[in-house]
Amino acid sequence: MRPSCNPSKFVADAVKEIPPSGIRRFFDLVSGLEDVISLGVGEPDFITPWHIREMCIHSLEKGQTSYTSNYGLPELRDELTRTYYRRYGLDYDPSSEILITTGVSEALDIAVRTVVNPGDEVIIVQPSYVAYMPSVVLAGGKPVIVSTHRDDEFSLTAEALKPAITDKTKAIILNFPNNPTGAIMEQEDLEGIADLVVENDLFVISDEVYECLTYGGKHVPFSSLDGMKERTVMLNGFSKAYAMTGLRLGFAMGSPEIIHSMMMIHQYCMMCAPTTAQIGAIEALRHGKEEMERMVREYDRRRHLIVRGFNRIGLECCNPKGAFYAFPYIGNTGLSSSEFAERLLDEKKVVTIPGDVFGESGEGFLRCSYAASVNDIKKALERMEDFVDGLKQ
Amino acid sequence: MSNSLTFVPVTNMDEKIRHILEILETDARTSPEEIASLTDMSAQEVSQAIVKLEETGVIRHYKTIVDWDLVGENYVYAVIELKVTLERNQGYQAIAERIYKFPEVRSVRLLSGNYDISLTVRGKSMKDVAFFVAEKIATLDQVQSTSTHFVLKTYKEDGVILREPETIERLPVSF
Repeated sequence: MRPSCNPSKFVADAVKEIPPSGIRRFFDLVSGLEDVISLGVGEPDFITPWHIREMCIHSLEKGQTSYTSNYGLPELRDELTRTYYRRYGLDYDPSSEILITTGVSEALDIAVRTVVNPGDEVIIVQPSYVAYMPSVVLAGGKPVIVSTHRDDEFSLTAEALKPAITDKTKAIILNFPNNPTGAIMEQEDLEGIADLVVENDLFVISDEVYECLTYGGKHVPFSSLDGMKERTVMLNGFSKAYAMTGLRLGFAMGSPEIIHSMMMIHQYCMMCAPTTAQIGAIEALRHGKEEMERMVREYDRRRHLIVRGFNRIGLECCNPKGAFYAFPYIGNTGLSSSEFAERLLDEKKVVTIPGDVFGESGEGFLRCSYAASVNDIKKALERMEDFVDGLKQ
Repeated sequence: MSNSLTFVPVTNMDEKIRHILEILETDARTSPEEIASLTDMSAQEVSQAIVKLEETGVIRHYKTIVDWDLVGENYVYAVIELKVTLERNQGYQAIAERIYKFPEVRSVRLLSGNYDISLTVRGKSMKDVAFFVAEKIATLDQVQSTSTHFVLKTYKEDGVILREPETIERLPVSF
């Protein structure tokens, strides 16, 4: 008989270095509990608009189930070109400057792999979505963290960014509108960052998946700033704006050089993005604006409800201007984010995500998604009020 | 104009007014307090805005969609298509008025295409509806012909689907 072995020794060091996801523990805690209200979900609670689903179904009936071009369906890239010209006057060539990907997740992975050499430093602005650090680590890069703060409404300032830049810095990953803080960036602040990008000859990976979900303020794509188009790859997708998370469709827009290089990886690791989803995405861009705007107005109302609610029960919460997350401060309760979230789940059956999951600077905060029904938000607020009152006694 | 309300067009609709109208269109019973918490206004501001919307005729009416079948009240509905001839000096308004004043008539519409006017009629039985059409509608001078279609089942009424809405299964926790 041949000797047995421990298969974990075959796992590469870079993978072992990925820190465990703070969310796993919550999954285990939630499972088996009844009457749970979740504000912990990072996806819309709307079902994909019917006209989009219907188009996907029709394409399946017609048998449109083969591969597409590696870059994605030409009609979809044409629609994206038109859409971004209309929205921002941006001019991306559909034949060479757009790549359709399997969600923004894939776009992020291949963008990082495209620009990062082993040892390169990549600046990650936190609190932010959890995938940036692992992507950089897996590409052999070195993550360098820059924190945003409540006093700046979690927007990034050039002053905060400057000290983190060294001669090894290759790129910055930006994520505005931001998950988990809901922060957006004003043009003026972005200009300051663009100046630093040029001074230090940097590249920008800008994850703008929450682009369409802004309230009041207008989103400014980083690539729309003077001189930034060739220094930026914009990552975006259909999940949040059109409630298409499970269809897994994203895209990257950038210079022909960067997009071609990303396609070199994409063609071997993914071949092409799901065809059914690409057809749904064409429909979303052509006819989805009204439904999308209706969903945004609905989020806007829930945003008012939840922000007012948190401030009423004594959890200070600034007004998030984008995405669908509120980020109340719980530091004055005497509990850490994790303690608060775990006890809240245990005692009141409300799921929230501790802010430190999104980076150390998220400590003292909770991410609460308002992509939940008005009733659920109201019930969650009542339970949280009970919980906070209980802590005071 | 037979309408007693003065129609004041709301130009440059305020975003808050749109929110109020959307909330009330979905659920007319939403309280001013609740609307206030959803729109970052005070309850008083909401009440004032609603009064103004009612006065200017933007909000026409509040109604309840009832599934009468569930309480054993088996109303019969029919869609009636009418072809009409217009008399001198009288437009469609005159015939529409004659028709919509009957309480049995639930809706009246002027349409393009093969026939002119479509109405929905409600009665207690098929006989009821058939006699109403035969006696009251078909006998009108301007009515050339009628075609009656009884409703067998209503799946959606005024934007409301009359069954359990679709639900979505999401993971309880995700980034």
